[in-house]
Amino acid sequence: MTGYPEKLADIVDDFSHITDRNERAEYLIEIADRFDEVRVPPEISSRPHAEENHVLMCESDAYVWAVDQPDGTQRYYFDVLNPQGLSAMAISVILGETLSGQPLEQVAQTSGDIVLKIFGREVSMGKGQGLMGIVSMVQQAAKNKQS
Amino acid sequence: MTDLSNRGYARPDALVSTDWVAQHLNDPNVRVIESNEDPLLYPSGHIPGAVQVDWTADLNDPVRRDYLDREGFERLASRIGITPETTVVFYGDKNNWWATYAFWVFQLFGHTSAAVMDGGRTKWEKEGRELTRELPSYAATTYSASERDDSRIRAFRDQVFQHVREGKPLVDVRSPGEYSGELLHMPNYPQEGALRGGHIPGAKNVPWARAANPDDGTFKPAEELKAIYESEIGLKPDQDVIAYCRIGERSSHTWFVLTYLLGYPNVRNYDGSWTEWGNSVGVPIEK
Repeated sequence: MTGYPEKLADIVDDFSHITDRNERAEYLIEIADRFDEVRVPPEISSRPHAEENHVLMCESDAYVWAVDQPDGTQRYYFDVLNPQGLSAMAISVILGETLSGQPLEQVAQTSGDIVLKIFGREVSMGKGQGLMGIVSMVQQAAKNKQS
Repeated sequence: MTDLSNRGYARPDALVSTDWVAQHLNDPNVRVIESNEDPLLYPSGHIPGAVQVDWTADLNDPVRRDYLDREGFERLASRIGITPETTVVFYGDKNNWWATYAFWVFQLFGHTSAAVMDGGRTKWEKEGRELTRELPSYAATTYSASERDDSRIRAFRDQVFQHVREGKPLVDVRSPGEYSGELLHMPNYPQEGALRGGHIPGAKNVPWARAANPDDGTFKPAEELKAIYESEIGLKPDQDVIAYCRIGERSSHTWFVLTYLLGYPNVRNYDGSWTEWGNSVGVPIEK
């Protein structure tokens, strides 16, 4: 119904039921705590990372990698250099966990509007754009692979 | 980093150290306030006793693009349990950029008993000091605020027009890519909230974070700041200066530096910044 891959749709649905700002924050912090699970492994990249992987509008210095899988899908990895970039870590975990291994055409259609659905209206414009930049890098990687 | 009193600042009282804050955690005359860009940071752990002031929820008018009014400020002050006599100490993420923004808004209401914790959250964390997720509770206070005074430290678009016509100095504190307008033209790139890229004619570019030491977020000593703002771009203390960025938060950091650390008496923050100028019809733009 949403057009998102199933796992991402589930997460977006979870957040749609949260109206309390503190509850939303707690949930996102829990998710950000799993960042090591999607952090780019050293065999793919170590710091300093290549500029082509840099999310330029993200103030938290986020990086995105897409690694081709044998089944034709991609696995997504991330790094967030700012240790205080919890929101960037949270969206990275959500994208890594829900879009890795999903059909490329679905990943390619994932749009930045999930940021507002997940983070709510409290997110500042600059922060929202940075987070959308991370989504956009993943989406673009899938589009590039398709073409 | 040298002691705050030895850095040559014009108003060293506008800064406090992490040691000072640690020593005043239970001081009823001090309220520590965290202001961040990232709304997840404060709930993930904050300085014991610190309250959160969030720019979207607390400092902005919920409907129109403006700051809270006097009644709103009084409600905010009551919620965080301060009186006009309370010393408020701001700290936050990334070189205190949102902390100086909150500091600036508090100055619109004349709450002058205020300081910024040098180094902010980064320095506090690097020193291994305590953070807690426990939310403090303070008795509500009655705060009688002045009307918001936008005349001294805030600039509006028409005033910036006049400023440009008179050839007075403007400091664009955004990144070089934003200043040049290049960012708006990059493919697959979230645009920065403006239809046009570039900068206000005559503005000199000094990215805001150059005023801070990248390792711990502390402010650079006055001599280094003068080298940046006076030697490099030719500002003089007696000038009428306007700083701007995209929405006024990064430029509030530069406003703080010029006003309190270098002692410039006439500095204003153009909070409309590029999201107003770059969307306005017919305004002059340089690239």
